[in-house]
Amino acid sequence: MAESPAYTYHPRWLRRRVSTYWWLEKWSYFAFVLREGSCLFVAWFVVYLLLLIWRVLQGDAAYQEFLAWSARPSVLVLDIVSFLFLVYHAITFFDAAPRALVVHVGSKRVPQQLVGASHYAAWLVASAVVFWLVLGA
Amino acid sequence: MIKRDAEPFLWMLFSAGGVVSAMLMPALLFLFGVAFPLGWLTPPTRDHMATLLANPLVALALLGLIVLSLFHWAHRFRHTLYDGLQIKHLQEVIAAVCYGGAIIGSAAAVYLLWQAR
Repeated sequence: MAESPAYTYHPRWLRRRVSTYWWLEKWSYFAFVLREGSCLFVAWFVVYLLLLIWRVLQGDAAYQEFLAWSARPSVLVLDIVSFLFLVYHAITFFDAAPRALVVHVGSKRVPQQLVGASHYAAWLVASAVVFWLVLGA
Repeated sequence: MIKRDAEPFLWMLFSAGGVVSAMLMPALLFLFGVAFPLGWLTPPTRDHMATLLANPLVALALLGLIVLSLFHWAHRFRHTLYDGLQIKHLQEVIAAVCYGGAIIGSAAAVYLLWQAR
């Protein structure tokens, strides 16, 4: 076996240095970051729900205070933005579902459109149940 | 340090949380974050809310929604920080904050919903 030659130079790395702001370079990259960022609004709404439950348990005065607080412009704007992000989150999740979920009936694969459509149908039903429960039958 | 074998389990929680939050949160947020504050719809009374929360099925659904959504956030946020901002040197801290936060939030939900019975 030949002895390994003593290189006097260091080979250049093939890896390109990626900028921290790589996601601003293309719309599709930015859409990816928006999609991933939607999780922050999911977390915000969990906090909001916990506050709501807590205030309801404390009695009517506390509940009314929560409702007044939720109407403050800063909270309202954050909630409207969160709502838009949550709809985006839902659409991206349901659109990815047919690719992640391969359903077979017998030996036949259920068409992807059907898997996707059933998610949207379930979303509609779930939303209707939420409205019905909260607003009263 | 997150062990490699925990990753599939955490991913499952992420995925389940993604589905339940997508199904239930837009409607809930529309009502409590947009429609009631703007006066488009009349908010329910405190008694109606308390009755709802005392219902075991509603409480269980809310608990599932809150816990899974928190783990959805924790997992996605952790990976976005790694991949997006390329923060590799703070891995342990980020994982501890994300999953720790999710566990604290879950405990708060269990406590509150238990009180609501």
